[in-house]
Parts: sequence; C-alpha cells; structure tokens
Amino acid sequence: MRAMRIFFAFSVLSFLAVTSAAWGGQPQPLRQQALIHLLKHDCGSCHGLTLKGGLGPPLTPEALSGKSAEMLADTIAYGLPATAMPPWQGLLSREEIFWLAERLREGVAP
Amino acid sequence: MMKKLALSLSLSLLSLSMGCTPLRGVGDMGLVVERASGSIRVIETTTNTILSRTEGLGDLSHASAVYSRDGRYAFLFGRDGGLSKVDLLTGKRVQRVVQAGNSIGGAISQDGRLVAVSNYTPGGVRIFDTSSLALVADIPAIGSDGKTSKVVGLVDAPGQQFVFSLFDAGEIWLADLTEVDRPKITRFTQVGDKPYDALITPNGRFYIAGLFGEDGLSLLDLWHPEKGVRKILQDYGKGEAKLPVYKMPHLEGWAVAGDLAFFPAVGRHEVLVADTNTWKLKGRIPVHGQPVFVMSRPDDRQLWVNFAHPDNDTVQVIDVPSLAVVKTLQPGSGVMHMEFTPRGEHVWVSVRDADRVDVYHTGTFEKLGSLEVEKPSGIFFGSRAHKIGL
Repeated sequence: MRAMRIFFAFSVLSFLAVTSAAWGGQPQPLRQQALIHLLKHDCGSCHGLTLKGGLGPPLTPEALSGKSAEMLADTIAYGLPATAMPPWQGLLSREEIFWLAERLREGVAP
Repeated sequence: MMKKLALSLSLSLLSLSMGCTPLRGVGDMGLVVERASGSIRVIETTTNTILSRTEGLGDLSHASAVYSRDGRYAFLFGRDGGLSKVDLLTGKRVQRVVQAGNSIGGAISQDGRLVAVSNYTPGGVRIFDTSSLALVADIPAIGSDGKTSKVVGLVDAPGQQFVFSLFDAGEIWLADLTEVDRPKITRFTQVGDKPYDALITPNGRFYIAGLFGEDGLSLLDLWHPEKGVRKILQDYGKGEAKLPVYKMPHLEGWAVAGDLAFFPAVGRHEVLVADTNTWKLKGRIPVHGQPVFVMSRPDDRQLWVNFAHPDNDTVQVIDVPSLAVVKTLQPGSGVMHMEFTPRGEHVWVSVRDADRVDVYHTGTFEKLGSLEVEKPSGIFFGSRAHKIGL
C-alpha cells in the first residue's frame, strides 16, 4: 500500500514536471534577463525601447489589451506576412516566446 | 617692463579665476548617443577622448543628429518626439522641445536656418527655426489615400528643399522652403511599397528610397523632378525566398565609388552593387548577415557593413576594387553604428551590449583603443555639418 502511494506521488510529480515544461514553463533566470534585453533592444528597434511604438505598433499592456497570450505568441513565432514583423521561431523556443508574450501582457518595467 | 609683466600676469589670473578654458575649434568633435539613458557623450577624434556628457535628452532609443553650419551645435532627434539643441563646446543642452509623439529623424536646411523633423505620430514633417526652435512650418503627411502616414528618409537638398518618404502611403514628397510661411510641396505618388529609409547623393542630385514591401528602390532625379520617380534594381532577388529581417536596414550616407553604388539588400544576406550611369544591378556581394549600414570610407576604397540581429556582433569590410570581403571583425554583441573620421584613417564602432565604442585603424584593422560609453548607438562627427544630406 505504501509502495503504491509512493508510486502515485512520483507519477503526479513527474506528470507536473513534464506539463510545466510544455505549458507555461519558465526560462532559466539568466535566459530571462537575455530575453528582456532582446525585447528592449532588438524588438525595441521597431517597437521602441519603451515599447511605445515606432515603425511597429506599441506593445504596452493597454495597446495589447484583448489579445490573448496564444495570439501574441503566434505573432511572435510566425511574424505577420506583408508587414515588417519577422518570424522569431527560428531564434526562440516556444517556451521563450510564451514567456515573452506573458511579460508583454503584464508590462515590462522600463 | 615690470609693469607690463604684472599686467599680463594679472590678466591671466583673471581669466583663470573666470574659469576660461582654452579656445578650441569644433572640427574634430562629435557625439555618441547613449540610447538607454537619454544622454550623449561629446567626444574628439584627435586624441580619441570623451570631453563631456549631456543628459536629459529624452528617449534616444532611435536617435540621430545634424549639425549647425558653424559646427558648434548638434540638433538631436529622439524617439519621443524631442528635438534638443546641444552646445558641443560647453556640453550643455541649450534648448529642447517635444514637438511630436514619436519621431524618426531630421535634417538641416541648406542655409542652416531651418531644422526639419520627420514624425511617425502624428505622421508628417515639422520645421523649426534653428536659433529659437520655434515652429515655422507644419506639413502633415496625408497620402493620396486620405490617410496619415509615417514619414521616413528625410534629407535636405539644394535649393532650400527637404525630401522625404511616406512609409504607409508609398509616396515621395519634395518640400521647397524658400518661402518658409508658404512651403511648396511636390508629391510623387505610388512610388513603391513601404519605403523604409532613403538617402541623397553627396552632390544632392539623386534621392533614393529603399523599399521594404518589394524588391527594388525608388529614385528621384532632383535635376529633373518633372521626369518623376522611377524604380531601380527591381526584382533583384526574383524567385528567391526572402530571409527574415530582424532590423530595418538604414540608407544613411552614401556608398559610391567611381560609377558604382552600394545598397543593403532586404531579406538577403547581400550587398547590392548598382551602376550609377544606368542604375542597373551590376553585382551582389554575399555577406555575413542582413546588412544594416553599408558605409563607405571617405576615400571610397572600402565599405564597412554591420548586420541585423542575430548577427550584430560582426562587421565586415568590402574592398571596392575587387568587390570582395577582405576582413571580418567581431567587436562584440550589438554593433549599432560606425562613423569614419573626416579623412577616413579611423572608424569608430559602437558596441551596445559591451558599453563600449571601439576605434579601429582602417588600413591595418588594428583596434587602437576603446571608450566607455553606456549602451552606445549612433555616432555623429561634426564633419557632417558641411555635407549635403547628413
């Protein structure tokens, strides 16, 4: 019975570990810093360092209200054809793209 | 004799006590933009030093500068619509106006009396008196589709003119400011899909806008504006898949040697070569990444090229006679801009992520030294004061 309980607990844990990596998993802290740097300086070359817009539209939480994380992630991953927005999926993982989409929705400190 | 000596001594003491600094010219001075902190460093290129720092210039995340005709004042155009005037000699910000919500660049008029700013929000060009920064003309960029457009590629041209492009509407406008209260605007419509930046030749004759939405560039001959705008280097990559562009190329400056002109390709890791007699494609030089700046050394013998993310740690040098890459340098992550000393013996390279500006010898490619600058981007030397289109 005890063995059974341990086995059950172990399965739940491993299930959680697997799912959290696939859904809403977090990049490592150092990688998070690099992603924020990328957001400000490289996304910022079109959207502005403060993300208030430039050649590309503003990416402030107000400007993005009503847009889901999935939708933002798709735009980042695949880009927008016939615009200057390029696809980032070759440079960033799905997990990193989702993490960035979440940061955009909550707002990035300047 | 003694009396004379005493007088000159007391005069020098007086000037010391008044804090007078020795007189100097501005011909070897310039500035480096610190993009994240809204400040600039005033520098000099004779002994490669930082002279001062000017703060309080707003959002300089995309900033550029032009110079007054006496070379003493820099006019800075910030992302936040700020137009600032800085005195290089004192390092002081002497004036600042926030003239729009979002701007991209600017130009100074032939006579030095007007400074023009190109704006994204509200789309258009606003023109100011260089001595007071008072608004003297406002030109909203409303395209033939009736919609307001972002303005890019603003340059000065002979005859007290400014030329600029409408990104969204796909137009080129020529504004004659001879009568400042009655600007004369000539509009060229349907010039191409999404002009993203432009340049003017050093003699002020050809205005060329790069197109993001299609292969090719749009050319306006200012000696013959009645002939209209024509497309050049069309279909330079026909049938080839475009690579993603992670940063817009810049057409600042002019890379020309003899009868060859050089442009960054869009969506291709190539520098395009055009024949300036026919404006036909003469060749394509494969390079390390998506080119951002293709800058010619003042003697036109070399081109220095930097690249978009994720290749922005690299700079390549193209030898013009052989049209081949002869040197690849890796200054570090985030190479934003390069500027040559007036006669081209050195080039300054801003390395954003290393908080450093590196100085290279352009003959030996030896790194001569570095200056500590916070998140450096654009480098603008005062020698631009006397060049058409810069």
